[in-house]
Amino acid sequence: MGIELILIIILVFILLGSIIAVEIRDLLSAVISIGVVGFGISIAFLFLQAPDLAIVQIAVEVVLLILLIRATIGKGVKTTHAHINWPSLFLVVILCLGFVGFACVAFQELEFGAPVTANNPQAPTNYYLKHGLAETGSANIVTSVILDYRAYDTLGEATVLFTAIIGALAILRGRARKKKGDKE
Amino acid sequence: MNGMSPIVQTVARFAKVFILLFGIYLTFTGHLSPGGGFAGGVVIACLYILLTLAYGKKSAFKYFPRKAASGLDSVGALIFLLVACLGLGFGGVFFANFLERNYPGASFSLLSAGTIPVNNIAICIKVASSLFLVFIIMAAARVIEKKDGTRDFKQDEEE
Amino acid sequence: MILPLCFALFVVGLYCVLTKRNVIKIVIGLTIMEYSVNLFLVLLGYKKQVIMSQVQAPIIEKITNLDDFFMKAVDPLPQALVLTSIVIGLGVTALAIAICIRLYQRYGTFDISEMRRLKG
Repeated sequence: MGIELILIIILVFILLGSIIAVEIRDLLSAVISIGVVGFGISIAFLFLQAPDLAIVQIAVEVVLLILLIRATIGKGVKTTHAHINWPSLFLVVILCLGFVGFACVAFQELEFGAPVTANNPQAPTNYYLKHGLAETGSANIVTSVILDYRAYDTLGEATVLFTAIIGALAILRGRARKKKGDKE
Repeated sequence: MNGMSPIVQTVARFAKVFILLFGIYLTFTGHLSPGGGFAGGVVIACLYILLTLAYGKKSAFKYFPRKAASGLDSVGALIFLLVACLGLGFGGVFFANFLERNYPGASFSLLSAGTIPVNNIAICIKVASSLFLVFIIMAAARVIEKKDGTRDFKQDEEE
Repeated sequence: MILPLCFALFVVGLYCVLTKRNVIKIVIGLTIMEYSVNLFLVLLGYKKQVIMSQVQAPIIEKITNLDDFFMKAVDPLPQALVLTSIVIGLGVTALAIAICIRLYQRYGTFDISEMRRLKG
């Protein structure tokens, strides 16, 4: 089978999982459906010849599932039965269908399988592929891109991760305790 | 948070060495085969989450106390910055691969590629401690009911 | 057909953020949008060959033929960008879940209309 058929089957599977995750009323089942979506994305990365990304995606998705289950367990597991606001729901559905129609028209210029940089010998991609092993000495071109040619982006990513973790720590800290002998 | 049943504890005791070895292997051979610092760091974070869930919070804090986790987080980021500044000193530009230009190793061997393995190890330490820290923060926060009916947070301190 | 399907996944996440009332569902919609954008970026870098088994990952082994490696290998640049994007997505979602836990502590519910009613 061609690669397109495999990817379409995987994408339909992912779409079904995501629609179930959005619409189902039990919170724990919605969180497990997100696990299915992440797993499908990891398989799609494997078929697209990106093994680094598949490893990172599956491990990150496991940690995300654990954090989401920690947030939802034991705290009113069912969602509320909201009264549906029909006019705004209708408007949102029209907007979403408009977006998908726009995508079908606008993406006809982008052909899957023939990236714009394939024929251009001066694009950075071809430079990294040709000279990556000789200049950096690393056989994994993706690692040489993120840690030698574009290491500044990795520094930015480390900063963002650090800040997000400090933010989570600051939000969930308990009240500072006073010592027993202090007066107000 | 209590531990789980003896079956889970036995399997966790057997498997923890192999998971740690796999995480270290992914980090060290990041420049030769798929993997790298991010994959190794997340796998080692998953290992500590497994130990916390299987044995309970108090036993897991013996392996990796909370102050050590936040300290290692900062150490990883500082090593990464130190290698970048050394690149500025020796190579002329920020983040220059100064080890590769002066002492090139053989291709496809473990000690090739200059500062790339050092950066991989720093990223692995940073990502592993960050993710373990965020899990411990969320697992240790408990909602307690005060006497006047409002709720408050309490972080379990280590004892 | 593949690229519009990926955009449809993004639109499903957007619909969830816009219409749902439970704050955990909003976080789930945000996660779906992030996954779809990462998949879209990697889809843009794929190079099709005549025989499917000739496409290579951008990793050089001892047996690779270096002359036509750069014709057959897929693009390494989108993969490098998506690698950092996946880990950043995890950090941002962890922060959002911390906010959700704090909101539950303050208002006792996960429903945003109840929170709006209780705030006054």
